[in-house]
Amino acid sequence: MRLLLHQLRNEQRLFWRSRELAFFTFALPIVFFVLLGSVYGGDRIEGVRGSSYLLAGLLGYGLSATTFAGLAIVTVIRREDGILKRLRGTPLPAWAYLGAVLASTLLVYALQTACLILLGHLLFDTPIPQRWLSLALALLVGGLAFAALGLALTAAVRSAEGSSAVVNAVYLPMAFISGSFFSPHSFPGFLEAIAEVLPLTYFIDLVRDIVLAHRPIWQSWEPVAVIAAWGAVGLLAALRWFRWQPRQG
Amino acid sequence: MPAVEVSQLRKLYGDHEALRGISFEIEEGEVFGLLGPNGAGKTTTVEILEGYRRRDGGEVRVLGVDPEEDGPAFRERVGIVLQSSAMYQSLTVAEHVALFAGYYRRPRDMDEVIELVGLTAKRDARVKTLSGGQRRRLDLALGLIGDPELLFLDEPTTGFDPAARRAAWDMIRSLRALGKTVLLTTHYLDEAEQLADRVAVLREGRIVALGAPAQLVGGSAETEIRFRLDGQEHVVKTREPTRVLHELTGKALAEGRELEDLRVRRPTLEEIYLSLTEEGEEAEVRA
Repeated sequence: MRLLLHQLRNEQRLFWRSRELAFFTFALPIVFFVLLGSVYGGDRIEGVRGSSYLLAGLLGYGLSATTFAGLAIVTVIRREDGILKRLRGTPLPAWAYLGAVLASTLLVYALQTACLILLGHLLFDTPIPQRWLSLALALLVGGLAFAALGLALTAAVRSAEGSSAVVNAVYLPMAFISGSFFSPHSFPGFLEAIAEVLPLTYFIDLVRDIVLAHRPIWQSWEPVAVIAAWGAVGLLAALRWFRWQPRQG
Repeated sequence: MPAVEVSQLRKLYGDHEALRGISFEIEEGEVFGLLGPNGAGKTTTVEILEGYRRRDGGEVRVLGVDPEEDGPAFRERVGIVLQSSAMYQSLTVAEHVALFAGYYRRPRDMDEVIELVGLTAKRDARVKTLSGGQRRRLDLALGLIGDPELLFLDEPTTGFDPAARRAAWDMIRSLRALGKTVLLTTHYLDEAEQLADRVAVLREGRIVALGAPAQLVGGSAETEIRFRLDGQEHVVKTREPTRVLHELTGKALAEGRELEDLRVRRPTLEEIYLSLTEEGEEAEVRA
């Protein structure tokens, strides 16, 4: 536990010092929210105000940016640099390292969520969620599932140079198709069909239920089940293919 | 008890036999060099001893335990400096040392370790501003911070300029004063000669020579006699230089001729090393 906290402190320091990463994962979803909210926050989408609809969508985009994309990119870079290998040569156990990285990522996401909710309320008068516990649980389930998927994805990336390219190629279309920025119901049929499979679609639905409809999480068991199933697939793939060392002879 | 015991160690990569049954021991407090060209199996050997790779045969004991099976407790007692320095670009020297110190139960004093590797002036510099040699020294500091009984150094000076290499040598010598056991790999012969109490020369997954650097020279007895006769260069290699030289000079005197440019020399360690690692023949030298 002492090791986990020690490593967590380090992860936080590294995250905020790495300006590119902090910008793309932490700040960009907030910037998008302000921009898109200013453009069509006043429209009505599926019966709710545009800005409220966007809040849920961007909480989903933020989730994929921090716990999925950010985690995957950092992990690939550290693996290819040999940092993970170096850490495996110290008494720091694997669980303490992964636990600290996960906790650090969730901490950043929680902070981002708070910023999105507060900014939305101040700028666009979006509702303040009343179901705090449900929201926290939803973020936790989503965060763990997407982190597992992100770790699984690292196995598919061969080089540090390729990490941003591969990860962006996966998570940006996913965020788009899942309706982070618009309602997926206005999409053509084939995109809608893809959206119905993606975990992020279900996460955004779940957040919308909790934040906008004030429904407790246990009444939305279906999206929770889909997200958890994706997380389980990610976990199994990560357990099977995750590497600590760069590829070499 | 020896710090490291290796017997009949084997490792396969697919069909390729990277290690073909090597055996050696390292005594406590000894600086032991694994010497050989690239691809000879040095890194494979140390990474098996460090617990990074699994062996395919043979026995390995490091500090009395099997590195394949022992986890954090084993890593508490060893220091590892890998071939390439891996560090966080945005952390400073002192932050790195503090971070790694936190991984161990009984770390050494931070400032003392930074001083030992000569980075006191750079303690608040971020890694991205350090030179290659300074990074390597920080790497060594991270290997030492846990106060290990055994330190692995995989090619610690590869890519250094001569001055940086000499500084690194001084540092490694100072480790001996701390009573550490050191396993060093290198493809530089002079490095092994300067630092190691004993060396094992690896070639194609086998140990072709094992002993103190000076003994390796003594063990290979061919003395070389060179001279020119009638403008032609002659080279005689012999294990009985006294007799051969006597015969050669006696014959030349009897014929009233001069052996021009006559030289008698013992092979240098460099030449022995090259003959061990490059020639096709199986030169077994055991001292």
